[in-house]
Amino acid sequence: MSKHDPKLLLQSAPLLRQGMTTPAAMRDVWIALLPASLAALWYFGLAALLVLLTSIAGAVLTEWLFTPRERRAITLHDNSAALTGLLLGLTLPPALPLWMAFLGGMASIGLGKIIWGGLGSNIFNPALVGRAFLLATFPNAMTTWTAQSGPADFLTLHASNLALPFMQAPTVGAGTDAMTTATPLNLMKFEHQGTDLGALLLGNTSGSLGETSALLLILGGIYLFLRRGLDWRIPLGILGSAALFSAALFLIEGDKYPTPLFSLLSGGMLLGAIFMATDPVTSPVTPKGAWLFAIGVGLLVVLIRVFGGFPEGMMYAILLMNAATPLIDRYTQPRAFGRKRATK
Amino acid sequence: MGLLFSLRRSFAHGVHPEHHKEQTADLPIQRVPFCSRYVMPLGQHIGAPARPVVEVGQRVQRGQLIGEPGAFVSTALHSPVTGTVRDIGPHRYIDGNFRPAIEIEADPYATQQLPRPTPIDWRSLDIEQFIAQVQHAGIVGMGGAAFPSHVKYAIPEGQQIDDLLVNGAECEPYLTNDHRLMMERPEAVIHGTEIVRQKLGAKRATIGVEKNKPESIAALKAQIGERPIEVVALEVKYPQGAEKMLIKAVYGIEVPAGELPRDVGVAVNNVGTIVAIADYFDSGMPLIERIVTVSGPGVAEPANLIVPLGTPIREVLRFCGGLKESTREVIMGGPMMGTPIADLDAPILKGSSGILAFTAKETGRPPEYPCIRCGRCLEACPYFLNPSRLAKLGRARMFEEMKEQFHVMDCVECGACTFACPSNIPIVQLIRTAKDNLRQRKG
Repeated sequence: MSKHDPKLLLQSAPLLRQGMTTPAAMRDVWIALLPASLAALWYFGLAALLVLLTSIAGAVLTEWLFTPRERRAITLHDNSAALTGLLLGLTLPPALPLWMAFLGGMASIGLGKIIWGGLGSNIFNPALVGRAFLLATFPNAMTTWTAQSGPADFLTLHASNLALPFMQAPTVGAGTDAMTTATPLNLMKFEHQGTDLGALLLGNTSGSLGETSALLLILGGIYLFLRRGLDWRIPLGILGSAALFSAALFLIEGDKYPTPLFSLLSGGMLLGAIFMATDPVTSPVTPKGAWLFAIGVGLLVVLIRVFGGFPEGMMYAILLMNAATPLIDRYTQPRAFGRKRATK
Repeated sequence: MGLLFSLRRSFAHGVHPEHHKEQTADLPIQRVPFCSRYVMPLGQHIGAPARPVVEVGQRVQRGQLIGEPGAFVSTALHSPVTGTVRDIGPHRYIDGNFRPAIEIEADPYATQQLPRPTPIDWRSLDIEQFIAQVQHAGIVGMGGAAFPSHVKYAIPEGQQIDDLLVNGAECEPYLTNDHRLMMERPEAVIHGTEIVRQKLGAKRATIGVEKNKPESIAALKAQIGERPIEVVALEVKYPQGAEKMLIKAVYGIEVPAGELPRDVGVAVNNVGTIVAIADYFDSGMPLIERIVTVSGPGVAEPANLIVPLGTPIREVLRFCGGLKESTREVIMGGPMMGTPIADLDAPILKGSSGILAFTAKETGRPPEYPCIRCGRCLEACPYFLNPSRLAKLGRARMFEEMKEQFHVMDCVECGACTFACPSNIPIVQLIRTAKDNLRQRKG
């Protein structure tokens, strides 16, 4: 024993920790999104890379700008701002002008997170707030879908990508670089025309960057589940209730409504159910609450898709249920051990 | 669900810390040599402090009464050595504060041998006499809480204990003192269990042991014979040894909030307590020593030791080769619920199940991140409370709301929430602050 006592700390127990940290949990989501992000590059080329990067840059810069200097090391280190940027980027169309993607990233963090008090305090999913902002501000650019360029034309950019801020964007498809096309959901909604399920699974359809390949999104979801990074009840609840609801509609009028499988594999359903709705900050923390929340999202998506004015409803469904989350949490407190009823 | 958990012999929720028991699980219990100076704090148990019955300068024998119980919820103190009372006054306690204590200097010429055993005929005692004897022996809960054991045996009129539950779960990581005791002295565990069971008039007794101690389970089973005692292997999960969790695991019963095990007809005792009782009635020797696990990455030579109460922690560590230079914190008890030691000159107490030394690897804390409501603490809490909410309310000092709406007083401070929190939020620490505040307001 040394002659002098070591300077003893007096940290109160427990001394042991599970080992998982919040930045590591965020890193897990990054890893889970990697396959789908790489698929975006494969299918949409350089344009996808630039849209994702600018959206991430907008998010990170805004986080940096609005965080007090002494907190910056922590808030930027936790990977969450960049993750929001990536998630937003994955919901954007490939031909979107880059300055809009940047602005979307700023809106995600500024309006979606910072004004609520930063990480953990926001009510709405920040990436979806950014997307809602963009959809409201630039409805045209946000609903212009280009056909996939494929890996052969990786370096091809859309003229619209490079549009100057607030200038008239060159019309997509006017040049020779890309063709506009309808997404599977557009085809379904406006022409009652289905899309090959194999294409939906692999992702060679049009749509926003991250939503095309169902298979890779599910793969990411499984990884995240194994890492205990998501509440399995939420994707299961959303997909289950959406499937049941659309199955009921399909049985009533099969040639007008999509099959349940099409509903699950198309559009932002999987990206939303696995990566957006499971955002722990904006979804209920109680198990019972998670089921309620998920079923709510599942019903709303189908409702909006089938009866609403938009072909896609995932974003609004999640945002609406985000708003209900505090209330759901309040009324689904678990029954404490040795007590008869949960207290409200 | 309830049936499922009782079949699995466990409770719901909880966490799985690495158990780190391998360092000491195979080390037989050793006796530490006597040292020169012993300090017996008067208030080392829950309840009223003991009242000294010796004077400074008085010679005392090993095992002699030096403090009598200060109330019913209080217990007796005995001299751990033959020697001379040197001081009655404030001495360093493990938390660094001065607390009233009796200091005894060991007689260097004394053999420290115990007098000839004088067994006490426990069969002829009625329950009142039995309770008085246990209090007189100074026996407290040896699992760490140090709650006077005889109080548990005072069953109010109209209540009946059907089951005695002996707690050998030892769910705290690192600790192996109960494990070694069950392995090396299974006959004493069974004997003590029978004494308490018969005195309480319980029909059966059950000894609950976590599955990671198969040698203990086998050793106990071999000693049962015809007695109505059952040994139950429990799932390895923290906090399996928490009284109400153990009852849930073994019997599938939820003790209602705010009530005691005896309200559902169960009495729970730690195996160390049970053996202390067996030893007292066998030899007449009161509680003057206990088994302590000395372990952790900061200890040179981990060990399981019989230590006389009042031995300075420094002496115990010296016996174990001392602390490594890398030690940053020393804990009394287990790493999940133990108490940090502020002064190594403070003594071993009746509740000191372990002395654990930790290095920067365990004590280093990443910065605190905001709560992202991931729900890991809710899944950890064995009481099904909402720790994330409690932590937020605790920060805002909304103690009344914590109590009325979120049952903060039900929390047993097991620390599973803090263990599970990826954002390193001091959840159980905020809860402790709230409970302290609420108690003081009431009083």
